[in-house]
Amino acid sequence: MTALLAIDGVSKRFRGLIAVDRVSFEVPERGIFAVIGPNGAGKTTLFNTIAGGYTPDSGSIEFAGARIDGLSPDQICRRGVGRTFQIVRPFPRLSVRDNVIVGALLHRAQVEAARGRADEVLRQLDLYDKRDQRASSLTLPDRKRLEVARALATDPRLLLLDEVMAGLRPTETDRMVAILRELNRETGLTVLLIEHVMRAVMALAARVLVLHHGASIAEGPPDEVVRNPAVIHSYLGAEDVA
Amino acid sequence: MIERLIAGVPRRALLLLGLLLIVLALAPLIAGDYLLTVLILILYFAYLGQSWNIMMGLTGLLSLGHALYVGLGAYTAAALYIHYGVAPWLGLLLALPLAALAGAFIGFLAFRFRVAGVYFAILTIAFAEFARVGFDHLGWTGGSAGLFLPVAQYAHNDVWHLRGHPAMFYYILLAATALALIGCRALLQSRVGYFWQAIREDEEAARAVGINTFRYKMIAVVISAAMTAFAGVIYAFYYNNLFPEQVFPILRSIEIILGPIVGGVGTLFGPILGAFILTGLAETLTAALNALGVDLPGAKQVFYGICLLLVITKLPDGVWPWLAGRIGLQEREK
Repeated sequence: MTALLAIDGVSKRFRGLIAVDRVSFEVPERGIFAVIGPNGAGKTTLFNTIAGGYTPDSGSIEFAGARIDGLSPDQICRRGVGRTFQIVRPFPRLSVRDNVIVGALLHRAQVEAARGRADEVLRQLDLYDKRDQRASSLTLPDRKRLEVARALATDPRLLLLDEVMAGLRPTETDRMVAILRELNRETGLTVLLIEHVMRAVMALAARVLVLHHGASIAEGPPDEVVRNPAVIHSYLGAEDVA
Repeated sequence: MIERLIAGVPRRALLLLGLLLIVLALAPLIAGDYLLTVLILILYFAYLGQSWNIMMGLTGLLSLGHALYVGLGAYTAAALYIHYGVAPWLGLLLALPLAALAGAFIGFLAFRFRVAGVYFAILTIAFAEFARVGFDHLGWTGGSAGLFLPVAQYAHNDVWHLRGHPAMFYYILLAATALALIGCRALLQSRVGYFWQAIREDEEAARAVGINTFRYKMIAVVISAAMTAFAGVIYAFYYNNLFPEQVFPILRSIEIILGPIVGGVGTLFGPILGAFILTGLAETLTAALNALGVDLPGAKQVFYGICLLLVITKLPDGVWPWLAGRIGLQEREK
């Protein structure tokens, strides 16, 4: 399998603090890849470096064979990378459907066509019945799904999910996992998730990268990674392994 | 096209809008000179409010310097007419692009260097002030002594040169207001309109779904500036005199935005309703005070202040969303 996303030696510094330290990994086309790590490990910085919020201080980021590091967030999205925000950012005064239509309009000139695509995505994410509600009136789990729906509507090849499970109850997490799996299987969507909820990571990801103090300390299949002593020590804590 | 424009609008709203249009179309036939003057002012501010609303209401860009575009439109068309006899409708061909260019320049500076929010508003004030000072010293447009259009009693209305009875200006403004309403509705329902609203709601999230926010903000400023300049052309030919101190000061910019704020920022009918409320009631107040023989300079400003206070405290979304809910005119979901 060829890599859809290739991160090579990426570092990001904030004054004296090295938030991301020479991280390298590859996400294969149609793969589901997770980045985990304790709070402050640099996950979100890494995420924003890929999504275009930050320019890396060194290293390169290639998407579909072309460099994307240093591009603006909208340029990166237009190349085919969708993203969600850890702290959800719906368009609050727009309806749920209009939120998703905005995403669908990226590659569609006609609002009618975008509405069709939006309804399709809303059905996939169990939001169709709430399409006429204002986004600000949604509950947190619904807003999280709306984030995913809006990103999906832009027809990405790669979907970046920033702690999309955080704050969800276990049943809601399972539902989200099921939705993402289905999307991955049926549309070939590649997923890179940054996640705290191990339940979701174990169920979804084919490969996991563990960040600690900005650096990669382990990478591999999830069941291998959770048995890695360095990972247990730094992140999971002995009692979580069971 | 028409079908799409009225999709989701309750039939009752269309009926009322049609009725309003008929009443306004017939108004000059029965209205006296004074009432006609008031109606012209109302339509002038309704149209301007709609133009300003494209930036603030739809895209979330607060301009406090729209007097700049009014003035550019007014001065360009008037000077071309006085110096070269160019008809104002041809003058528009220079006046509108010039205002659009000014808007684009301010927009470029602001969006390129990430000047946002109140700082953007201050930038727009600054440019209107530059223009005020600049035009004070521009001999070609009369400087601070003013620019005057020849005035005479006209036997008939010369629409091409905008010389004639106030009723002519009234109908032009009525048509412009109606077209602006339709145009804004069409824009709001288009791709551009969706992107504008996304930027207004959350610019970073808008970028994350691939919207080139710089480009769409520029489009909003350019359209708003050009539309505003048209009102300026009408202003010049209606009042026949232009002074930088009257055209460009911040008070003029504030007057433009009061209507939409009272009526409902971001709504399509709010600017129109707001113009009726503010201008209509303020003029009624002035007339009533005059009739009573009371001379109270500044009564209008106090009235504006009270109106704003009431709206801000009681109806922060503006009068229109509240009224529309009251009389069952909220837009149906598509």
